[in-house]
Amino acid sequence: MSATLADELSDDAIVLGAEASDWRGAVRLAGAALTATGSTTDEYTAEMIRAVEDLGPYIVIAPGIALAHSRPSPAVVKTGISWVSLTEPIEFGHAANDPVRLVVGLAATDHDSHLATMSNLAGVLSGDLDRLLEATDPEQLRAIIRENTQ
Amino acid sequence: MKIVAVCGMGIGTSVLLKMNAEKVLRTLGVDAEVEAADIGVARGMSRDAQIVLTSEELAPEIGDVSAEVIIIDNFFDLEEITTKLKAALPE
Repeated sequence: MSATLADELSDDAIVLGAEASDWRGAVRLAGAALTATGSTTDEYTAEMIRAVEDLGPYIVIAPGIALAHSRPSPAVVKTGISWVSLTEPIEFGHAANDPVRLVVGLAATDHDSHLATMSNLAGVLSGDLDRLLEATDPEQLRAIIRENTQ
Repeated sequence: MKIVAVCGMGIGTSVLLKMNAEKVLRTLGVDAEVEAADIGVARGMSRDAQIVLTSEELAPEIGDVSAEVIIIDNFFDLEEITTKLKAALPE
């Protein structure tokens, strides 16, 4: 599979300038976008929230960025990714990386099928977050992501 | 040398951490095997590892292992990973 991150992010997978009242709401938006693309069922969204309740806000992996995900489960129909940018930053309770402005939702059917996308994602997210947050429509976001994809 | 990158689920953060750790090790010229693991299997895998990479929240869950546990705050900050790995690497 050689699909790049920009290809994986269909219009349904992207929510820009979203508003959430708390971290659960922000994760729910990422989950709803995964469901909209046919990647997951609603149960997966609940699993992503439970993961943070059980293990803490460790999904906030860099300043301003949360990678919402759970494990491969029957709630994952196919491997997928979603992208939610927040107008108002949200506190996840992370000691170093709060508040969150971007939630990337991730669902995988196994431990390997998403590795190419993850490699892409690592490259894109290690770039300038402000630049990524400038996007106001999905096409513009995909263009910015492509700029940062080798 | 064996390094284990640990996250809660084994598909997300640990995979990113593994990729960036491999990048750093290549730059440093260090020959090491990096594996991604979820917290459930991490304890067993960490038994014969020299270094465990993880986040602050998950570090206490790993428990008592002989490997050195390194906490990474920003998984995309190659400089942070470089500095912390360098300090933990023998010579």
